[in-house]
Amino acid sequence: MSPKTLYDKIWDAHVAHEAEDGTCLLYIDRHLVHEVTSPQAFEGLRMAGRKVRAPEKTIAVPDHNVPTTEGREDPAQMTEESRIQVQALDKNARDFGIHYYPVSDIRQGIVHIVGPEQGWTLPGMTVVCGDSHTATHGAFGALAHGIGTSEVEHVLATQTLIQKKSKNMKVEITGKLNPGVTAKDITLAVIGKTGTAGGTGYVIEYCGEAIRDLSMEGRMTVCNMAIEGGARAGLIAPDQKTFDYVQGRPHAPKGAQWEAALAWWKTLYSDDDAHWDKVVTIKGEDIAPVVTWGTSPEDVLPITATVPAPEDFKGGKVEAARRSLDYMGLTPGQKLSDIEIDTVFIGSCTNGRIEDLRAAAEIVKGKKIKVKRAMVVPGSGLVRAQAEEEGLADIFREAGFEWRLAGCSMCLAMNPDQLQPGERCAATSNRNFEGRQGRGGRTHLLSPAMAAAAAITGKLTDVRELM
Amino acid sequence: MDKFEKLQGIAAPMPLINIDTDMIIPKVFLKTIKRSGLGVNLFDEMRYDADGNENPYFVLNKPQYRDAEILVAGDNFGCGSSREHAPWAIKDFGIKCVISTSFADIFFNNCFKNGILPIVLPQEQVDILMKDAEKGQNARMTVDLEAQEITTSDGEVIPFEVDSFKKHCLLNGLDDIGLTMEKAAAIDAFETRAAQSRPWV
Repeated sequence: MSPKTLYDKIWDAHVAHEAEDGTCLLYIDRHLVHEVTSPQAFEGLRMAGRKVRAPEKTIAVPDHNVPTTEGREDPAQMTEESRIQVQALDKNARDFGIHYYPVSDIRQGIVHIVGPEQGWTLPGMTVVCGDSHTATHGAFGALAHGIGTSEVEHVLATQTLIQKKSKNMKVEITGKLNPGVTAKDITLAVIGKTGTAGGTGYVIEYCGEAIRDLSMEGRMTVCNMAIEGGARAGLIAPDQKTFDYVQGRPHAPKGAQWEAALAWWKTLYSDDDAHWDKVVTIKGEDIAPVVTWGTSPEDVLPITATVPAPEDFKGGKVEAARRSLDYMGLTPGQKLSDIEIDTVFIGSCTNGRIEDLRAAAEIVKGKKIKVKRAMVVPGSGLVRAQAEEEGLADIFREAGFEWRLAGCSMCLAMNPDQLQPGERCAATSNRNFEGRQGRGGRTHLLSPAMAAAAAITGKLTDVRELM
Repeated sequence: MDKFEKLQGIAAPMPLINIDTDMIIPKVFLKTIKRSGLGVNLFDEMRYDADGNENPYFVLNKPQYRDAEILVAGDNFGCGSSREHAPWAIKDFGIKCVISTSFADIFFNNCFKNGILPIVLPQEQVDILMKDAEKGQNARMTVDLEAQEITTSDGEVIPFEVDSFKKHCLLNGLDDIGLTMEKAAAIDAFETRAAQSRPWV
């Protein structure tokens, strides 16, 4: 047999039909659903008199619209439009008989945090969701990617997706990371190097010692932002850490099925002489704590750098950089560590897991915030409960942080948590696009530890100075 | 789905690179449970000021581009979120074809599901079309999907590539789900095999 990449192996195991031109029907093992990109799909099913083909493989949770403040069970806390979307998901989940975690359930949270937490996401699976950050699940060695609403309807009706195979890209992070450098810095540094279109047409497999050394939480952070690098999906080969994380979760296999699954999962790695269409290698020791300065996730620089000038770039990026600097209110040559911050947001599907909260709490402990507002939004009700049990919630509250309920919150401003025009935010989320966190809002992406450092000093700060 | 065969129309130039789906349709407009009516909010934050007044400098607000049916855009168009509201807004505005050097993957797929033709061309050819688009409403561009050719207002012909299956679906306005349902036997067979080989799924 010819050598295969991890992506090749998962792909081959899921092709239900292949046409002569290479167009495939890829079978989908898990379909995650949230309230924003699904109502039109369910409506389409109703109009055509179709059912959900595999309701037992379909999992829904509201996350984008839901408020993250106490008392949110009261529908009056949502705008009418948000309420309609959440209620539509309630009804669709009931009518079509799919798994559902309503707002009142402690297991509710951001769909990409709930899936792995409940053991829905397993190695070697195909996982889709009407959300680009579905790439997160690639951390388990699952082929996971975002789809549009028409494709959501297609998967609901047929449990398959019409696909052509992407190319293989290897991103290797060699050696060890320096203290203060995290999974978020890795993923941002990769995008900084390859650009937001560098992965277009590819599925990325992240590998190398620095990736192997990451926890499952860290690996999810890395894969989460594969989409920001333009890739269809990001993957990390499963290993003992993966199996340990999965074992015992509510929907993970048990007994003889666990043993059978494990035997297959252990074959899920790229063969030594597999073919790669593109390879990027970064030395772990060369990665510093980074922040973004512009309005594209590729606008990444070490915290020790200065704001660039448009003339530092070439082609269309010159005008784009000029527009970004104007929008962000920054001057070329300004030190990044001199940029004052109004708001700190710790949360999102990128960095809303327990390890992220631990990293931030370690910096915050015993100190007070110097920004106008700072919030921690756990990624799920269970993450929140665990953080309370570990005493992290108290650390955040005593420092002046708001301690919120689970949801997407300020990552995308579809709920009450939004920036005002000109408000500058240090955010652990994934997109710094114009208006992403609220019209006119200014976003700097960084790691949870770096966000915590910014909260304590009131400006973008090299976390290594506080360690 | 609407068919796409041949289109002759005004092309609007948007040379900015990395136009993301938050720019195309900001999240405040994602709260609809319908597919229609989003055209008025296409490029909302660039098109209107905070009070809702039109920005006269934005390309689609200029008299010569208000009826544009083709968009010629900078690199990596449609990056970011998977929201299909982006192509829905583009279609609802009246744009049926977008031309760029590259598109984000999910957006690219979403276009075909909605009767919009995204065309990828090398930089130098996008530059030619961008210049043609900058001529305004007297410069009507022709996009012929069957022949896989774009003809500029000057009569210059630029060929383009398109996936044969996607072309077939667009030309005939075919519904993907209906086509896949015809292969139900293959899906049934796959499920039977998978139940043996991966029973834990």
